[in-house]
Amino acid sequence: MPKDHGIGAAPKRREDLRFLTGTGNYTDDINLAGQAYVYFLRADVAHAKINGMNMDAAAAMPGVVRIFTGADFEGVGGLPCGWQIHSKDGSPMHEPPHPVIAQGKIRYVGEIVAAIVADSLEQARDAAEAIELDLEELPAVVDMKAALADGSALVHDEVPNNRVYDWGFVEENAAATDEAIKNAAHVTTLELVNNRLVANPMEPRVAIGDYTRHNDESTLYTTSQNPHVIRLLMGAFVLGIPEHKLRVIAPDVGGGFGTKIFHYAEEAFVTFASKQINRAIKWTSSRSEAFISDAQGRDHVTKIELALDADNNFTAVRTHTLANMGAYLSTFSTSVPTYLHGTLMAGNYKTPLVYINVEAVFTNTVPVDAYRGAGRPEATYQLERVIDKAARELGVDPIELRRQNFITEFPYATPVALEYDTGDYDATMTKLEEIADLSGFAARRAESEKNGKLRGLGVNCYIEACGIAPSNVAGALGARAGLYESATVRVNATGGVVVMTGAHSHGQGHETSFPQVISEMIGIDESQVEIVHGDTGRGAMGMGTYGSRSIAVGGAAMVRATEKIINKAKKIAAHLLEASDSDIELKDGTFSVAGTDKSIAWGDVCLTAYVPHNYPLEDLEPGLEETAFYDPANFTFPSGAYACEVEVDPDTGEVSVQRFAAADDFGNIINPMIVDGQVHGGIAQGIGQALRENTVYDENGQLLSASYMDYAMPRADDVPFYEVDHSCQTPCTHNPLGVKGCGEAGAIGSPPAVVNAVIDALQSGGHDVTHIDMPVSPSRVWAAMNG
Amino acid sequence: MFNSAIGKDFDYREEFMTQVSMTVNGQAASGDVEGRTLLSTFLRETLGLTGAHVGCDTSQCGACVVHVDGKAVKSCTMLAQEAAGATVDTIEGQANADGSLNVIQQAFQDHHGLQCGFCTPGMVMSAAALLKENPKPTEAEVRHYLEGNLCRCTGYHNIVKAIMAASGQDAEAIAAE
Amino acid sequence: MYNFEFEKPTTVADAVAALGGDDAQALGGGQTLIPTLKQRLNQPGKLVSLTGISEMNGVSVDGGVVTVGAATCHADVEAGAGAYPALAALAGQIGDPAVRNRGTVGGSLANNDPAACYPSAALGSGATIVTNTREIAADDYFQGMFSTALEEGEIITAVKFPIPDCASYQKFLQPASRFALTGVFVAKYGDNVRVAVTGASEEGVFRWAEAEAALSANFAPEAIDGLSVSADGMVGDIHGTPAYRAHLVGVMTKRAVAAAH
Repeated sequence: MPKDHGIGAAPKRREDLRFLTGTGNYTDDINLAGQAYVYFLRADVAHAKINGMNMDAAAAMPGVVRIFTGADFEGVGGLPCGWQIHSKDGSPMHEPPHPVIAQGKIRYVGEIVAAIVADSLEQARDAAEAIELDLEELPAVVDMKAALADGSALVHDEVPNNRVYDWGFVEENAAATDEAIKNAAHVTTLELVNNRLVANPMEPRVAIGDYTRHNDESTLYTTSQNPHVIRLLMGAFVLGIPEHKLRVIAPDVGGGFGTKIFHYAEEAFVTFASKQINRAIKWTSSRSEAFISDAQGRDHVTKIELALDADNNFTAVRTHTLANMGAYLSTFSTSVPTYLHGTLMAGNYKTPLVYINVEAVFTNTVPVDAYRGAGRPEATYQLERVIDKAARELGVDPIELRRQNFITEFPYATPVALEYDTGDYDATMTKLEEIADLSGFAARRAESEKNGKLRGLGVNCYIEACGIAPSNVAGALGARAGLYESATVRVNATGGVVVMTGAHSHGQGHETSFPQVISEMIGIDESQVEIVHGDTGRGAMGMGTYGSRSIAVGGAAMVRATEKIINKAKKIAAHLLEASDSDIELKDGTFSVAGTDKSIAWGDVCLTAYVPHNYPLEDLEPGLEETAFYDPANFTFPSGAYACEVEVDPDTGEVSVQRFAAADDFGNIINPMIVDGQVHGGIAQGIGQALRENTVYDENGQLLSASYMDYAMPRADDVPFYEVDHSCQTPCTHNPLGVKGCGEAGAIGSPPAVVNAVIDALQSGGHDVTHIDMPVSPSRVWAAMNG
Repeated sequence: MFNSAIGKDFDYREEFMTQVSMTVNGQAASGDVEGRTLLSTFLRETLGLTGAHVGCDTSQCGACVVHVDGKAVKSCTMLAQEAAGATVDTIEGQANADGSLNVIQQAFQDHHGLQCGFCTPGMVMSAAALLKENPKPTEAEVRHYLEGNLCRCTGYHNIVKAIMAASGQDAEAIAAE
Repeated sequence: MYNFEFEKPTTVADAVAALGGDDAQALGGGQTLIPTLKQRLNQPGKLVSLTGISEMNGVSVDGGVVTVGAATCHADVEAGAGAYPALAALAGQIGDPAVRNRGTVGGSLANNDPAACYPSAALGSGATIVTNTREIAADDYFQGMFSTALEEGEIITAVKFPIPDCASYQKFLQPASRFALTGVFVAKYGDNVRVAVTGASEEGVFRWAEAEAALSANFAPEAIDGLSVSADGMVGDIHGTPAYRAHLVGVMTKRAVAAAH
């Protein structure tokens, strides 16, 4: 029988009660007395020198409080980049300043040129139209290959060839990899594009700065996945506000998918300017603004080569990737194509040699940073597409080719610096074959053909690395942040528990799943546990929610803190029961002395901690509150196998996803209902990337897919019901819960399955098509069929 | 803690201001609006009903869906004055009289039909409109009806299940087919 | 949005009067106009809502003609135009349910978006656009994208659609906007077949003469075999090339003929 509480149970989400009744508290729902509004005048050209600005007329317009420009931010820090990469030659990456408001030069359409603060938003907008800009337009750099060419216009004058870095990984493998490819029995080569995406959480970003003069404190309300990180970056690197004078609150967050990790100019602006005018300032992004100001995702152009020996064993993988950074280095942008991508290029396979070369490039486009999966979808897509192509070239079954090359012994040290602790790739593949009913595919294909449609099957594997860690190793590789998580567990006098976690839900249901762990450990009802997050004023410094890390790192910190609580509570119980602490057992919320009928309830022990009359004060402090900082010893490595079946309409090239199955190994599961939901959402984003979504700039750097009129979000009738399974469980060996994380898997594993299926369908119809770049739109499929 | 009646002290906009009255969730509501004031703005800022969310500016996402005279509309693409005299129902008025979740809301919770919750008010209001028109929709009908409601979290799977369950159908069996 | 004065008359005469002033503009359901106003791409001094005019609202059938009041929303056309099923079906494919509860036929035709659905029904049916001052044949009404025969201040009050023997609208969706990437409306009136194409051409909705001739001789999908429209002048954008749209015109026409039977 399924559990009804604790780890592995699926209680209904408590946060749903407010979300379903319209009483959630999202940042835009907050209005502060007397607040002013800011409208950002954003560049409408991609590349230009700012020779002058005339703001006289605008400043005199009704309601205008003050207009800020780049000059107001001279002497203030720029937005920092959180990961320093070194090129192959040992030189550090180019890291030009990233100003809050453009200083002297515009580098992308959407960059903030001026900020108009007024009593109302419309007044601010009116004034923005009265600002006269004297711009000298420069040629825009949009295409990465053109950007790298000698003589190209420069996004930053101090960065030659617009090249941010030229990274090789692992450099020691380079020569041997070249040699293996030269001597291979077969080499499959594929050039592909990982299309640029806009994350599009349904809640646009919002920032409210509120300076209070009486205590000289600044509060920022913001739509962030990690308010503590924002406080550190903004306080220490941009505005110079000490942490004790700066509070960052992220209330209910309406989705993030990575794009709400980063520290943005608008956050720094409202915090800075609120102090200048001594009044709260609110900014709410419109969706149109989001398309040109939220950091975008992916945008890699890759050539991958897979070498095989005469027995079809993989002998080497070599890739060269151009990674678009956009116009500035967003917070974690530099780590995505490098340590979050190159390290995954071994995939699920025992390929002995892997070498990755990544050139990161500045262009006059919106900055690019982590989006759900961040580097790992790019790695998976290349590898799983090239394996599929190799299987076709060799005339072997793509599943068997994968199986033959699976890593089967753990722990396994990859040639790209990771050590996989556990996994069973054969088990997830076997599970996939079952849940996807692959044996029934031939019959379904015949049925589709009867209806004039081409049916294809695409299968692939994926591995991801979650919970980047440990901090010292990441630091040695260039990370400028810690990668631990914190938890403070506060037990109240009457036994209720408050957990203050540095993780922060933006849809993941932490308020429901985290109490399940506490309930399991202590044996009290989940309703006795409350989760506090999203507020730097409550709880210890933490790192937030991204990279599928919350339960693996944040949950582990909560376990560590709870263990400390239990140890202390046992000492109190031992004192009260006149026994030795080593004899005390805690079960179902009751402490008992082993082998006796002596016991005392959880609540009585908690009360004693705060009313310490009969208490060992000489040995033990009163109170029951503990904090733990957990820094993982390694990444976690979720893995799985995905299958997609599509139908292609040969008349129009339209692709429809008929079936989708996912067999994942997430290690132990806290709440299977929430895990299923995470996988569903990831799959839809992957299908969106594969078939619909694309971020397109014209040669002048104007965004053509700048609203939902042109950026095709997946809708309900674009996707089927998904068959998901996570019964294959190889628990993580190095965190106390044995969990691996599940947030990104769906988005990582699904794009190659879709594209593999389309290629399979076209080949079944006699079309000699070996690759179509994403999004595999009807127009592109039709062109490929009629190539 | 937060005052929703903002802007009043600073309001300069005498021009084109007019009073608008309507019935919102069964109660009389009125306030001063401009010509350009959207129904979503009136609900969120004047009445403090922040359940309807604004997720786009091109009438695509559906997070702002409310019912006007019983019909689903996008409140961000309707002027407040167009709703003068109308009956408006929002997510805040959907729960049962005793405060418990109504059938659709409960189905969304039971089937995990929401994650971040931002699209949810629009989804619930669209689902209510669908089930009023079509009490036992097929899976395809549900998916098609949601063409004006975007969700980025759930992949729609559990939303479709929730709506089918709210219509009294066996959602688990349908999803497993 | 820039601010504007709002007026909601209840008669056509009052609406005409209200539109007489400077910078006044008619407002149908607003499903296109309001997003445009949000971008500040338009600055009317006054918006005159036409949705409160009862004489402009509703669907009626008389003598083989379906007359749709210009302020009738798409959902009401879908529900009320049962006498002309292809027209009802077209109305049911516009936007999404909430948009269909606001958007109006008059608003769509007055705007004449090159990818909108209604212009293909009007042109494909040889409809008559009725205004406060005159009646305009559909063939004379559409004058290129976003351009029509309407004069300043002239209001569409109704559209008369002759009911064909059979008809069908086949729409290939632009996946983001849900407008037509290419949509084809085919209607058969005795020996006369009309084929109107929306979404494809840079000139907006147009009649495909070769297909009309072929289908008038033989109303069967095969009649389209071998016919094609030129890619010259077709829209090319991030969703499809001109050649792709030209190809879709043929595919959608065939499908419309097959479905019309």
